[in-house]
Amino acid sequence: MRLRRPQIAASAVVWLVLGAIYFLVPLIATLLFSLRDAQTGKCCSLSAYGVILHDPQFWTTIKISFRLALETIAIGLLLFVPTIYWVHLKLPRLRPVVGFLALVPFVVPPIILVVGLLKFYKDTLHAPFWFLGKPDLFLVGAYVILAFPYIYFSLDAGFRSIDVHTLTEASRNLGASWRTTLTRVILPNIRVAALSGAFLTLAIVMGEFTIASLSAFHTFPTYLQYVNESQAYPAAAATLMSFGITWAAMLSILLVGRRGGQRTVRVGIGR
Amino acid sequence: MPFFAYAAMFLILPAATVMIGAFKSTDGGYTFDNIRAIVEAPNIRDAFWESIRISLTTAFLGALFGLLIAYAAIRKGTPNWIRSAYGTFSGVAANFGGIPLAFAFIATLGTIGVVTQLIQDVFGVNIYQHGFAIWSRRGVELVYLYFQIPLMILVIAPAIDGLRAEWSEASSNLGASRWQYWRHIGMPVLMPSILGAAILLFGNSFAAYATAYSLTSGTGLPLVPILIGNDLAGNVLNNPHEGQALALGMFVVLAAMMLFYIPLQRRASRWAK
Amino acid sequence: MAHVELQQLYRSFGPVTALQGIDLALETGEFVSLLGPSGCGKTTALRLVAGFDQPDSGRIVVDGKDITRTPPNKRDMGMVFQAYSLFPNMTAEQNVEYGLRIRRQAKADRRARVAQLLELVGLGHATKRYPHQLSGGMQQRVALARALAIEPKVLLLDEPLSALDAKVRVQLREEIRRIQLELGITTLYVTHDQEEALSISDRVAVMWNGKIEQIGSPAEMYGSPATPFVAEFIGTMNRLPATIADDGAIDYEGLRLPVDAAQGLPRGERVLCLLRPETVDVAIADGSPAEGGLTGDVVSKIFLGAVTRVRVEDGDRSLVADLSTSRAAPLAVGTRVVASFASSSPRLLALTEDALPPVLDPDNP
Repeated sequence: MRLRRPQIAASAVVWLVLGAIYFLVPLIATLLFSLRDAQTGKCCSLSAYGVILHDPQFWTTIKISFRLALETIAIGLLLFVPTIYWVHLKLPRLRPVVGFLALVPFVVPPIILVVGLLKFYKDTLHAPFWFLGKPDLFLVGAYVILAFPYIYFSLDAGFRSIDVHTLTEASRNLGASWRTTLTRVILPNIRVAALSGAFLTLAIVMGEFTIASLSAFHTFPTYLQYVNESQAYPAAAATLMSFGITWAAMLSILLVGRRGGQRTVRVGIGR
Repeated sequence: MPFFAYAAMFLILPAATVMIGAFKSTDGGYTFDNIRAIVEAPNIRDAFWESIRISLTTAFLGALFGLLIAYAAIRKGTPNWIRSAYGTFSGVAANFGGIPLAFAFIATLGTIGVVTQLIQDVFGVNIYQHGFAIWSRRGVELVYLYFQIPLMILVIAPAIDGLRAEWSEASSNLGASRWQYWRHIGMPVLMPSILGAAILLFGNSFAAYATAYSLTSGTGLPLVPILIGNDLAGNVLNNPHEGQALALGMFVVLAAMMLFYIPLQRRASRWAK
Repeated sequence: MAHVELQQLYRSFGPVTALQGIDLALETGEFVSLLGPSGCGKTTALRLVAGFDQPDSGRIVVDGKDITRTPPNKRDMGMVFQAYSLFPNMTAEQNVEYGLRIRRQAKADRRARVAQLLELVGLGHATKRYPHQLSGGMQQRVALARALAIEPKVLLLDEPLSALDAKVRVQLREEIRRIQLELGITTLYVTHDQEEALSISDRVAVMWNGKIEQIGSPAEMYGSPATPFVAEFIGTMNRLPATIADDGAIDYEGLRLPVDAAQGLPRGERVLCLLRPETVDVAIADGSPAEGGLTGDVVSKIFLGAVTRVRVEDGDRSLVADLSTSRAAPLAVGTRVVASFASSSPRLLALTEDALPPVLDPDNP
């Protein structure tokens, strides 16, 4: 009695291998590039990594970007969780509206948004310098909008998978206030969706260049571009580190999802 | 509701400002001059043309290869770990765009890139002498595919999952070959999703700024996002409202795409029942 | 020689053995059901016949030809799936037409045949509708028409009615049988609903754990179950573990009950006494000691429409009786009654070391 497993199709192998080659070659090349010695231009030396890691700008900008990401996540969740909760609970007719709004950033991508933001705040509102000058205000404000579609789709899926009405009614029936209901009953159940959205936002903010650079802020991606233009081998090192950060964020989503019993791999768009 | 207030402040009003600003002129009145200027200026027309060309190419190729790879990874017979691996990697790669991606390709196929040198060593051919450049249109397309294909994989995977095993089995039971199944059932059912995804890819490519900027360093290949960026940075154009007109132009293109996208989505979900 | 033969089919999926040597033969035009609980292997067997899976060993023979290695699209069989098998991008008409188009039949011929078949399944009015515009029952009718369109040698049905409402199920199963008889097509039908299988099949094969427990006509299966599992699975059944007492009687937990089938069997042998509830009568106890029956109290009374199911218990002993509702009316819960039966009614099976199969009906002891 022999065991037979379904075979992998030959054509499938072809495409998977071609795909793997296309995706892995640039990464491998970057790795090789980053290991080149500054003098000889050949393999192998870790000096490029040293240059980056010793550069105070590297650490400053990473901290800034990370901080901005956390702020974006905080504001985003604070703003969207109650809103989406309310829409699911009381105003299901608004769901299409909110869903439509989630698609608007597609039509108003960062490059257009930054134009509008700058003109609006500088010229129309004549916003004070303390607002325009601080990334934590201006930039985070924009980033929350950028992250909105992804947080929305994550949270929406999460809310759809739990029975919002029943949970809320049970909680209220037992005497809990709205705040308690939200924090103690609803939040733990959408934990996975919220975390997925958070990690996605992290990846987005850590990689966002357009708005930051055109608004003359200094974040990690603008630092990366600066290194790209000035030093070749360290730039490769920095590139790989940036890739590593994105990977870590995505893996966190996967791990969180697996432990939470749901699996979501979501779309992010970096430009 | 605080959410809508927020959306207004950071999304709606700025967007509106761009739209309206496009029609303003330097002396404060309203005019169509800006629009006319961008429609007539040759370099701007070139930029739109290039952007559209590149977007069409990467949308088409991205959709094609993304579909083939996604199907290869998902179909029955392929081990599950391959599907997870490609899915996770696509999630990462779709987010990996912008500055780091641009540099990764410079490290690969730039003038002193690893693969460039490899080709030179093995085949004795310097591709740059034969007209290739990573910052040319072909180069940019090649780089863009790196986030277009994963995006396609992520978007089309649920649709491929939606192809019920019963359909291919019934088709086979009724005497059809695999090719006939694809021709009569598989492709027609997938088509709305594929077209929708292609539109998404088009918009994604059209609006890309960071990658293009990093590859071409702001000069070289004319692309609409680059022009807008230049305007904001204070170079070139002396009429700031032209930048807004450009943004408006871009918005029109993207909005037009959305108009096609929404009905396609509806069709696709109807058949997934 | 039988029309379709399954010979010694084995199939395992990793550590799980789905089929352990299945042998089955279908005569031309015969309607055979594979009946069993989930996981018994019936769907696996059907898929092997259809060609969607390959057996680890064994053969499938149709009309004397070994088709075990033939790909599914060359087997000339029509299959009706459980659900969702209609092509969503085609109308009912186009779905039914599909097999004929593949065979390159001329358009006019195709159209005629499709119309004829859709009439046959009662959907002449809905030919231009898409699957998502059809109810579950209508979709399955289209699926049937589609499978029959190619005039297959064998018709295979994989629990086609499981996903439908109860009333639709009854209606549709009778139509399937009617059409099958009209066309005289050899049919293999898989289901877990024993009422369905018994009502429309020529023969029923009960499967469990990858083996065929028993094959026979519906009456045989019902009246003479060969194993405890079959007895349990088909209809409801009283199962009394007992030992043979003196000639012609059994000892059930200390109570002597006359059973004809016990005659000639060695005293003390352990047996399983099978008794259909409808053969048990219940009458109010009048105080005189009852011979050959169980005296006890009514512990439950369940209204099932025309029939009422009454359970009588006395300590460790219990019997279930199906009485006409009017007859059961005076028997309130708690009443002292006598449950009795004709000595010819029970069947006896050897009680082996194997554990009894799990009780599938909680109302049955």
